[in-house]
Amino acid sequence: MRTDPLLEVRGLKKHFPVRRGFFSTRAHVAAVDGVDFVLDAGETLSIVGESGCGKSTVGRLVLRLVDPTEGEVLLRGRRIDGLRPAALRPLRRDMQIIFQDPFSSLDPRLTVRDILAEPIVNFGLASGRREIDDRVADLLAKVRLPADTMRRLPHEFSGGQRQRIGIARALAPGASLIICDEAVSALDVSVKAQIINLLSDLKDELGLALLFISHDLAVVEHLTDRVAVMYLGRIVEVGSRDTIFDAPRHPYTQALLSAVPMPDPNAKRQRIILKGEIPSALDPPKGCGFHTRCPFAFDRCRTEEPNLRRTETHGHLVACHLEEVSAPPRSSASDLAC
Amino acid sequence: MTLLDVQNLKTEFWTPEGAIRAVDRLSFVVCPGETVALLGESGCGKSVTALSILRLLKEPPARISGAVRFEGRDLLSLRKRELRAIRGNEISMIFQEPMTSLNPVLSIGRQIGETVRLHESVSRTEARDRAAEMLVMVGVPDPVRRLRQFPHQLSGGMRQRVMIAIALACRPKLLIADEPTTSLDMTIQAQVLDLIRDLKQRLGSAVVLITHDFGVVAEMADRVVVMYAGRKVEEGPVSTIFSRPRHPYTRALLQAVPRLGATARRNRQRRLPEIPGVVPSLLGTIDGCAFADRCALATDVCRELAPAVETASNGQAFACHHAEKIVMQ
Repeated sequence: MRTDPLLEVRGLKKHFPVRRGFFSTRAHVAAVDGVDFVLDAGETLSIVGESGCGKSTVGRLVLRLVDPTEGEVLLRGRRIDGLRPAALRPLRRDMQIIFQDPFSSLDPRLTVRDILAEPIVNFGLASGRREIDDRVADLLAKVRLPADTMRRLPHEFSGGQRQRIGIARALAPGASLIICDEAVSALDVSVKAQIINLLSDLKDELGLALLFISHDLAVVEHLTDRVAVMYLGRIVEVGSRDTIFDAPRHPYTQALLSAVPMPDPNAKRQRIILKGEIPSALDPPKGCGFHTRCPFAFDRCRTEEPNLRRTETHGHLVACHLEEVSAPPRSSASDLAC
Repeated sequence: MTLLDVQNLKTEFWTPEGAIRAVDRLSFVVCPGETVALLGESGCGKSVTALSILRLLKEPPARISGAVRFEGRDLLSLRKRELRAIRGNEISMIFQEPMTSLNPVLSIGRQIGETVRLHESVSRTEARDRAAEMLVMVGVPDPVRRLRQFPHQLSGGMRQRVMIAIALACRPKLLIADEPTTSLDMTIQAQVLDLIRDLKQRLGSAVVLITHDFGVVAEMADRVVVMYAGRKVEEGPVSTIFSRPRHPYTRALLQAVPRLGATARRNRQRRLPEIPGVVPSLLGTIDGCAFADRCALATDVCRELAPAVETASNGQAFACHHAEKIVMQ
């Protein structure tokens, strides 16, 4: 029998109500509009996309920091989307989050010891000063911070060190799923490499599954197993790392990859410059959300929304009408590499 | 002929704890039509350099010394009035965050027109026409309607285009762009970089591009100045800096950047090479090389004596006691 995946998401939707205009007409923003994916234990799935595509909302929905409008979230095969707060609480031990901004996500008045002791005490993982201190020291060692860090306050640390504290806090309850919401985006290059390495070490040591939400494709390529590309609240393409980076099939994925500036002045490649901007989620276009910017759009794209469908590659799904028409436009690996 | 000649620029901020050396004896030149990138991590002094050139810092607490010659005139010794005639006219600047650098209560048309009317004697309607013309030039569709709109009605990418329109309204000889695409989405960043490159070619302006992004530097710059802790550690033509960096910091930084692409993935070790430690405090003085604490090649001399900037025959300059060893590696 097939075992349940660590995390499964089915038809997940989140519509935020908004009022707009002079008469405050009720409307809604479809931040997440029908998302499905599976994440196995120990695996890293990255959700990539530009601002407003709904990637952060997906992370929050999984943790139930916001309640879904529709759809199911299953943790180890058990539905958690409808659970009452009291029933949900113990499950949060298993899933934790690391935020983007290490300056605003740590309480400035708590010492590092107290920040890390909080989840330990809340989940009743240790009692007594001694035992808690031991646990905290253990966590600090895991994120490669010296033990004397404990008595200090967040403002005494640099951005990279604070992010280590944030990671230690996520590890404190012994979670098996960690959601990294742009966890390295705010860091400088030299520090970013340290934190990326730390995350992949911890993943190997502790067998963590990561839901890595990011807009930085080079970072994603470095540490992910699989990638889901989001646009206007939907997944437009999902597949293994090599498939997405070497042979992307959705025109949006191709454009996104070609838009990344390469750190090599001699790199020659064809850049696909998309016209126009990301449409507002308040007023999404009919049909395929991407048709307003897609260089290959045809009539059907303007009326009918494409569904994710399998390609010949295992685990690779694409939501594009071109898949059915003819040989899809491909940008091969040689275009993207130097 | 050089357009901008920065010599021994030193910018300090006075605080109760002591002086913070944000920029420490920095020298570089910009030729007409050239794009020079100031590259470095946060706190390296690249933005303060830009603000010092245009004297946009409050003095005190800032104290600026050295020389900044623009077409032979020293900007640091000009009067306020003389300086205002240059700012926005011959030298203009685009900032990182277009939302906070546009005035929220003035229409787009007013803000572009203001620059033109400040520096040229044109009527209100002429200024408005120029503004519309500029919007077309920076690729804003439906310019007549946009002129009446306010910043909050525009998207991030559109706002940055408006900023560029304001900066270029008087066809400056030098454009200083401080992280112009950092807050933009990837596909919008590609559009804006394309636009800056295209406009630069059409107007022949020189650009000082301030960024932390190696990708942006590789695509835009002719020459690169790498900064660390307020000092220039290396300078050279863009291809040399990327293919044969001489300073250990530049080398380490280049290796630490995650790269996109199949080739990079195949050749890559599982771990990214890290630079250990953190940037030194800018409070007080650093006697030796600012990078010594994090450098694998550092010896006693590095901790005691700050290396001078040497220039090699190929135009590459670097400040390192052990640059010879790096060539051999």
